[in-house]
Amino acid sequence: MPECPSPGGMPLTLTVNGVRRSLTVDPWVTLLDLLREQLKLTGTKKGCDQGQCGACTILIDGKRLNSCLVLAVSKDGAEITTIEGLSQNRELHPLQAAFVERDAFQCGYCTPGQICSAVGLLAEGHAHSRAEIREQMSGNICRCGAYTNIADAIEDVLRAGGLAREAAE
Amino acid sequence: MNRFEYVRADSVADAIRALEGPDAQALAGGTNLVDLMKYDVVRPRRVVDINRLPLRTIEAMPDGGLKIGTLVSNSELAWDRRVVKRYPLLASAILAGASAQLRNAATTGGNLLQRTRCYYFYDPSTACNKREPGSGCSAIGGVNRIHAILGASDSCIAVHPSDMCVALAALDAIVHLEGAGGRRTLSFSEFHRLPADRPQHDNTMRAGELITAIELPASDFSENYTYIKVRDRLSFAFALVSVAAALRIEDGAIVEARLALGGVAHKPWRDRGAEQGLRGKVPDQSAFSSCADAILHEAKGCGQNNFKIELARRTIIRALRQAAAGTPQDQADKVVR
Repeated sequence: MPECPSPGGMPLTLTVNGVRRSLTVDPWVTLLDLLREQLKLTGTKKGCDQGQCGACTILIDGKRLNSCLVLAVSKDGAEITTIEGLSQNRELHPLQAAFVERDAFQCGYCTPGQICSAVGLLAEGHAHSRAEIREQMSGNICRCGAYTNIADAIEDVLRAGGLAREAAE
Repeated sequence: MNRFEYVRADSVADAIRALEGPDAQALAGGTNLVDLMKYDVVRPRRVVDINRLPLRTIEAMPDGGLKIGTLVSNSELAWDRRVVKRYPLLASAILAGASAQLRNAATTGGNLLQRTRCYYFYDPSTACNKREPGSGCSAIGGVNRIHAILGASDSCIAVHPSDMCVALAALDAIVHLEGAGGRRTLSFSEFHRLPADRPQHDNTMRAGELITAIELPASDFSENYTYIKVRDRLSFAFALVSVAAALRIEDGAIVEARLALGGVAHKPWRDRGAEQGLRGKVPDQSAFSSCADAILHEAKGCGQNNFKIELARRTIIRALRQAAAGTPQDQADKVVR
């Protein structure tokens, strides 16, 4: 049973947006703070820091989670995808493109979380209607109230076969 | 958040050893524990990460039931094909709770152990007998719109916040525990407790014990069931009142009824007398109304939450009507029909 060598932090290996990182982290550091403070990946936003707003949503081993409620040490070995890792070959992820097309934001602060959450939603495959999109996106709050356009953007990608890309990978 | 020692357990025995001693907390999904630590409501000296334990599967039992490992996430459980088919009441209740992100992280055992969302419990600057025994209850005489109408005490009027547990109570789930003293099981009703004069204890687990699994006995409520959750927002809010209803109807009469209420008490509320009262009855408005009256005859508001009594009555009746008709509430449908 490895115990925390105190003080000095614990070794932690993560694959972040395809890059393997060997890190040292104190056990009380959340994954959100690790990404922003240590890895300087500030695309992931700190909103409420309590799991209520969804601004910190990222993908951990392909699943959407609130990174503010995850102790980084508990995810040793995990694959992390943040908003910075969604575009490939300088092309926007279909959801990023749809958010631009549909003007699915105003201030933009919730947008990385909204998009990562929507990527998770499409991969889960449980949303088949606008009502289900809205229900399954309820963990992402938009203070500007861009919900109509956010749902439009996600619906566009869902209708266009949003899973095709994930399935091909 | 306070500083703590982090221990990663590799086996159940490891975890139980590490959980011995004061102020040790098991970490699973962390959705409630990490939150409480950020508020300084919980200040563990040691955090025991149990995420590597082999308790992440859903096993079929010989009797037709299911045994759910404590680390199965809320999402995995809600979308498991066997659960959707045989225990749709449980799937529905889970999907009524929290958000998709939280359900991906939150675990089965953790759901049972989540703490109340009473505002005062979460605010260390206020008196709270649950957080600090003997300090008093700020909710009594305070802002208590979300608080209990059944089974409360002079010490505490907090409610248990879970949706999943309301369905588990209705389904007579069994809680499997393991500790230094060995393994044991508790019926779901025995697991959570009423506050009485010891509201610091949410449940009857012994110090250092770990939930290892939740067992669902074989049952057939897959036709006549519903979960109705009434809350201040259309989604992602705790219940003001929720009702899990499950009926077995033969030849036009109720032969078995299960009802559990959430958002009204310190634990998921079952009233077996009221359930018995439905047996043999034709499933109609008068039977449902009598049942609701039986459940709520001792309900007591504490001011701002008085409305919950009538709300609960109507929600019970509506849930029984939906269950009898075989038209369960769809959690994406925001109209309660």
